[in-house]
Amino acid sequence: MANVPAELKYTPEHEWAKVEGDRARIGITAFAQEQLGDVVFVELPKVGAKVTAMKTFGVVESVKAVSDLFAPVTGEVVEVNAELPKKPELVNSDPYGTGWMLVIRMSNPKDVDGLMSAADYEKLTAGGGH
Amino acid sequence: MTDTTASTPLKRTPLRDVHVKAGAKMVPFGGWDMPVQYTGIIEEHRTVRRAVGLFDISHMGEFEVRGPDALTAVQRLTTNDARTLDVGQVQYAALCYPEGGIVDDLTVYRLAADHYMIVVNASNIDKDWAWVTSQSTGRAEWRNVSAETALLAVQGPKAEGLVGRLADRDVTGLHYYHFARGAVAGVPAIISRTGYTGEDGFELYVPAGQAERLWAALIEAGRPEGIQPIGLGARDTLRLEMKYALYGNDIDQTTNPIEAGLGWVVKPAKGDFIGREAIEALRARGVARKLVGFEMAERAVPRHGYRLMAAGGPVGVVTSGSFGPSVERSIGMGYVPSALSAVGSELGVEIRGATHAARVVKTPFYPSHTKKA
Repeated sequence: MANVPAELKYTPEHEWAKVEGDRARIGITAFAQEQLGDVVFVELPKVGAKVTAMKTFGVVESVKAVSDLFAPVTGEVVEVNAELPKKPELVNSDPYGTGWMLVIRMSNPKDVDGLMSAADYEKLTAGGGH
Repeated sequence: MTDTTASTPLKRTPLRDVHVKAGAKMVPFGGWDMPVQYTGIIEEHRTVRRAVGLFDISHMGEFEVRGPDALTAVQRLTTNDARTLDVGQVQYAALCYPEGGIVDDLTVYRLAADHYMIVVNASNIDKDWAWVTSQSTGRAEWRNVSAETALLAVQGPKAEGLVGRLADRDVTGLHYYHFARGAVAGVPAIISRTGYTGEDGFELYVPAGQAERLWAALIEAGRPEGIQPIGLGARDTLRLEMKYALYGNDIDQTTNPIEAGLGWVVKPAKGDFIGREAIEALRARGVARKLVGFEMAERAVPRHGYRLMAAGGPVGVVTSGSFGPSVERSIGMGYVPSALSAVGSELGVEIRGATHAARVVKTPFYPSHTKKA
């Protein structure tokens, strides 16, 4: 069973968001990285870019597959994980920690109310994803 | 993250349940339910380069042909010169259509004086069987032994020690592209010094009913060597780093052996064979495009079907691409106009609407460690 931290919010597309005031730190879940396999490339927007809730903001590539990344919230990118271009494998080894992707300053912090709780996300992934 | 679902039931190798029990991620491949990975593609890839890996490739097809005209049949069907094969030797070749397009690529084993085995790609078994039996004449009896034959590949620098310990005969003297009959862990086998990884190793042809016993014995005995089961994901990255062609990706009925870089297995001096005239005309005239290996300037991954660009326009197509775990960069193969095929030529790969820089490089991407004759 994949790890689903209780303090985070989730999208049905397997991204997580950690709310830090009006900011949200985001990444992909342990379940997502397991499904993808070895991550070899992450394509992310630059600081200053705008992202929109449930629209794609980037791409994660594993050896076998390409997957779109969906923004959990709307806002402006204020930080990008500079380690990922060199060490995309952090997404596999530490998806909720050093494998984070962006920090977004939310246009509407209420967006997070629409995200899934850990309990709901755990139910979503309980079937194993297939 | 969606798996494609096959419309017909997937075929299973004799080891399918063993893979599921071992926790493999199973995927459809060429109509077969196959393990794509057990622990992770990169780790499995590195295990084969550094130690030894065990592959179930029982989905491959095996046809036997025997009789006084068996050699004549093989000579007519394949592009290489099977006359040069001694009993105990293996040869890589192509099967071609009269127009020069590739039916399949294969290996030819000379089992006895008038007895050959050809080993074909899993997804082509039915097509190839129809082709070889329809094109073969004379006293040559064909048998499709695919279902009764399992095939295990033991690949990596530690393969020789492991197989040598379990075999009832010496294997150290077995040269690359040679085989011998023997028993491995008590299982009767064709022990073939061949592979699809660029590492030293063996391919073991065994009765389907004994595959599980041999698999278990190799896993158990290979513990000191660090053996791991290896899925099709790593098989693909290993072969890509060697620029070995994969039928259906890099070669098919619309490509010919010359443009695919397989001119070395086309031997017109041997006499007539299907496709000879067309292929020799291509060789004489020169081909318009060539299959090249390229590496990306950055990590973005080229994939099958992406466009290759030059001077702002499309010039070709990526046939295979991945991150290469041993070369630690993104690499690919694709067809480009011959004028752009030289090492050092600058290309672009169109990835999600943006052109990413790539360069034609010398191949193999990673040095071969197969046993030299």
